[in-house]
Amino acid sequence: MFHARIFVTRRPSILEPEGRAIKQALGTLDYDEVTTVRMGKLADLEIDVAERSEAERIAEEVAEKLLANPVMEDFSVEVSPVETPTAA
Amino acid sequence: MALRFGILVFPGSNCDHDTEHVVANVFSQEARLIWHKEEALGDVDVVIVPGGFSYGDYLRSGAIAQFSPIMQDVVRFANDGGLVMGICNGFQILCESGLLPGTLLRNDSLRFACRWTHIRTEQTSTPFTSAATPGQVLRIPIAHGEGQYMADEDTLDALEANNQVVFRYCTADGEVTPAANPNGSARNIAGIRNAAGNVLGMMPHPERCAEAALGSEDGAVIFESLLKGTEVAA
Repeated sequence: MFHARIFVTRRPSILEPEGRAIKQALGTLDYDEVTTVRMGKLADLEIDVAERSEAERIAEEVAEKLLANPVMEDFSVEVSPVETPTAA
Repeated sequence: MALRFGILVFPGSNCDHDTEHVVANVFSQEARLIWHKEEALGDVDVVIVPGGFSYGDYLRSGAIAQFSPIMQDVVRFANDGGLVMGICNGFQILCESGLLPGTLLRNDSLRFACRWTHIRTEQTSTPFTSAATPGQVLRIPIAHGEGQYMADEDTLDALEANNQVVFRYCTADGEVTPAANPNGSARNIAGIRNAAGNVLGMMPHPERCAEAALGSEDGAVIFESLLKGTEVAA
């Protein structure tokens, strides 16, 4: 069993209005040091396979097929072993 | 003979019955609602992917609906040259399915926009707009939170070069201006077709303005175009 954490982020070239709104709010809280905020998505998957490479392959595949839209988003995947799986 | 419309229904669709009403009661054509779990469209001439919030807009608008069983047959139908029209969430689903290029982002205002707009008909040589006059301005409502059409510059240039931009947001006089753009769409794009010309996606709702009682009949021209097209074929 492996845990895969998939981060989905907007391409840098794409305006990310939510992050822009949050940055404005941080400005009103006087955090002027924060120059950029970009929001993204995070998905945690548990994948029941024996090999790490197989878990990585599946995670990459689902990120590409469903979790991210390549027109506007990039993704990255982190895979680690799971000791005690979460019940679904 | 009546034209046979298949109207898809996903969990969260909410313009399916409006569309059925317009097709069946305003234009006296055959309308059939098709549940997304169906695997085949059956005998239909036109498929409409209606507006709504399929799967609660989870993940991205239209992202989950693209994998509903019926969508495989819609892709086959479209690739065989069948007429497919996506309205609002239907447009988002067609983009997610790869039947149309680009995608729809959150409105630049960050607000849900529910109001009347004007759109200019940029192409009349399509099965969806053949009854319109070139440049005809339609008064038509929008109702969306994620309607900002976006694609990379190369894709946008290709859409223009191939005459695939069918509608643009404009003023009541037909001027395409930034102020007339309700959601920040690239190049004021409100609707596009695919390269082959048989798939249309648009954010505004023609089914909500096809009867005088609803404040505008301008959307009727799209349904009239579809009827006209099949008369030519017959």
